[in-house]
Amino acid sequence: MTRARSGNDSADLTLDALRRGGLVADDVRIHPDTLEHQATVAEAHSNPQLAANLRRAAELTSLPDEEVLAIYEALRPRRSTRGELDALAESLESRGLTINAALLREAAAVYSRRGMLR
Amino acid sequence: MTIGRFRFMDAQRVNLDGFAVEDAELGLVAFASPHDPAPSLVVVDGRVVEMDGRSETDFDVIDEFVARHGLDLSVADEAMAIDDIAYARLVVDPNVPRSEVVGLASGMTPAKLARALTHLRPAELVLAMTKVRARRTPSNQAHVTNRSDDPLLLAADAATAAAFGFREIETTVPVLGDAPSNAIAVSIGAAVGSPGVLVQCSVEEALELEMGMRGLVSYAETVSLYGTEQIFVDGDDTPWSKAFLTSAYASRGIKMRVTSGGGAEALMGGAEGCSMFYLEARCVSLARAIGSQGVQNGGIDSASVAGAVPGGVRSLMAENLMVMLRNLEACTGNDALMSESDVRRTSRTHPIFIAGSDFVCSGFGSIQRYDNMFGPSQWNSEDVDDWLAMQRDWGVDGGLRTAQEQDVARLRRRAAEAVRDVYAYLGLGDFDESWLEQAVDAAGSKDVPAADLMTPLSAARIIRDTGISMLDVATALDACGYDVEAERLLLMLRARIDGDYLQTAAIFTEEMQVLSLVTDPNDYAGPGTGYSPTVERQREIDAIRQQRSVADLRAEQADLRDDSLRLVGPAASGNDPREVTIGVSAAVGRALWVSLSGLTVVDILDELLAGLEEEGAVGRIVRVNDSVDLGAIGLTAARLSGSGIAIGLQAKGTALITRRDLSPLANLELYSVAPTVTRELYRQLGVNAARHAKGATPEPTRNPYSEQAIEARYHTKVVSLVAIERSCVDPSLAPEDLALAEARS
Repeated sequence: MTRARSGNDSADLTLDALRRGGLVADDVRIHPDTLEHQATVAEAHSNPQLAANLRRAAELTSLPDEEVLAIYEALRPRRSTRGELDALAESLESRGLTINAALLREAAAVYSRRGMLR
Repeated sequence: MTIGRFRFMDAQRVNLDGFAVEDAELGLVAFASPHDPAPSLVVVDGRVVEMDGRSETDFDVIDEFVARHGLDLSVADEAMAIDDIAYARLVVDPNVPRSEVVGLASGMTPAKLARALTHLRPAELVLAMTKVRARRTPSNQAHVTNRSDDPLLLAADAATAAAFGFREIETTVPVLGDAPSNAIAVSIGAAVGSPGVLVQCSVEEALELEMGMRGLVSYAETVSLYGTEQIFVDGDDTPWSKAFLTSAYASRGIKMRVTSGGGAEALMGGAEGCSMFYLEARCVSLARAIGSQGVQNGGIDSASVAGAVPGGVRSLMAENLMVMLRNLEACTGNDALMSESDVRRTSRTHPIFIAGSDFVCSGFGSIQRYDNMFGPSQWNSEDVDDWLAMQRDWGVDGGLRTAQEQDVARLRRRAAEAVRDVYAYLGLGDFDESWLEQAVDAAGSKDVPAADLMTPLSAARIIRDTGISMLDVATALDACGYDVEAERLLLMLRARIDGDYLQTAAIFTEEMQVLSLVTDPNDYAGPGTGYSPTVERQREIDAIRQQRSVADLRAEQADLRDDSLRLVGPAASGNDPREVTIGVSAAVGRALWVSLSGLTVVDILDELLAGLEEEGAVGRIVRVNDSVDLGAIGLTAARLSGSGIAIGLQAKGTALITRRDLSPLANLELYSVAPTVTRELYRQLGVNAARHAKGATPEPTRNPYSEQAIEARYHTKVVSLVAIERSCVDPSLAPEDLALAEARS
């Protein structure tokens, strides 16, 4: 059994539930624990990079769609200043998204060296 | 002025293709440019300080990301030290487990892996791909698009693609704003066709992600990587933005892979003098580094650039193998059409087809070429039967299956009606009856003049504005009576909660089982191991709809039964010097009534008799019961003939003129190509036989040879016809006279 982000069992995602009008968006969103589990599976199958991706993803489950889209936009070339990327990293860090914060900080440093800041 | 032979050669389709002189400066070189760096890796205190000849202070963004995230430093010393040829041999050797070569690759820099794989010959690439691809069971992906973004046609075509066995469907748009409508229409159509078909809508990165988050698509693929920093940034991304994007998809439980391909940098004028294969090696290393589970590569949009240079097609396949060695899902190109020549495009695909791949085509154009909004594919709807025949020829699973016409007709109607009803239910648009009927029947969008281009645009706008999600679509389907399809959409949504299809190379079976590196790992270790179709699947591969048995042929012949040829009695020797006999084989007019040309045996006999009569001869039909051999039939008839001249005729239409003193294998004239013999030619054969009877030497008729594959078309029929002829032979039965009834229509 797998739980959706809403906490409901994925097996409860049925036509009956749909007809009762009881399904909400979080019933079809993946739970961070599931991503952590999949990360361990990926590691066991010789792909630590896929595992790392799934762990970044586990953190991102807590963000709303708009914020995820906004961070992606901020990471595109010449969209952000060094300060903006660092502030974004800070904000993620403060909410427990430490792996993503590290990714942003790394990006900020490299963008600075390679001229990809705004 | 060129000579005829070269004028003829110049006119062949292959000469529409462009062929480039190798030019390393422009990146027009498949393997090993002089500017490709020598492999190197220097690690100090667990940190990569030099990679492929560049020190860390000079790392570009690609180097940096690969160096920081992409290499397994615990095996790097061994991996970088191994001799290139030695590694290439390990890759090919079936006795060396996949895990060992994949493990070594994880410690190799891009230049190292590229240089080692440069040594593999085509046959070795086939063996390596058979062994190293991630998933045991091969599969295939379809493009489903059309010029009008017609939702009804998209749905009907998606259902059709699913019926033919495609497990992933990729759509895209000619009009960007239509994207959400296309995603919904294709998802509904796919759900009508089969459970578990993954659907994506390829558009600009951010919009594609947004649609994924709304559940409107079940995987993503249009996340492009490039091998040089300049081109990467021109693509408006960095390795970090792509890494984040990769995680963004996973955070919503959506499968994704990235896209790259040799020749892309050269095409955009930014190859920096490097070979296509080396730059692609950088892309694939980066794909692994950012944590993508898979890569679509093998040229893709620039396949024809690779195809233009020496060794380019081999490099496309080697790119795919490189993905497999990086332990990733390989979606192996064979999508963008890389040649005008059917021979070249088949040659480009065939090694991958026989090796098997996670997705043999990363976009088989299941629709017509003109409807493919990615541009024509390497394989298109006109090639579906070819593909099925090729699978059967080689006993290979290329991911497709035969679909029966009545099933496809039913699915197309249900898909189009489901979209019509759902769009009406959700207030997205209305479709009139003629549009629906045209879409169900259409072979392509040109057959749907009723389609209105504003409908999808307005539907898409409403979907975005009102935030319609896949749950809403499932509700609408259920409310409109499509509960089976609603359930299938729910199962796809459930898949993204379960997360198992985020693992490498995942597809769903029709029973919603995940097949992936984890659940269906490739275990090839030489003959007798690895993927082999199940008995049931092999039957599916073998039983193409065009196959015919002797029983089918008997039934076909019986439908054209004609009783105008009747038995007179035992045949005696004739005395009339004007007499020419026509010896017919035992099955003529008894079990067989139609020849290979489509003329009935009665038609043929009419013409022969008329030809004889024209020249004053008298014809007599004699059935020869003791042989299927045309020479023997002719000779037996000639020995009964008053003139000593006879015509021999088999039911399939093969005919000759012979004389009683000739040996069984000799003849005066022979029509050997039965399928192309016409009424006029049979009449001429009668005329010539009569002239022989008069002692003249007529000019032989020219056999109607053509450029067509007559043998391919008719030999299977011939085997059945001869079997029927043989079943009618009775060695104890003497020749019999036959007569044609006078009054016939």
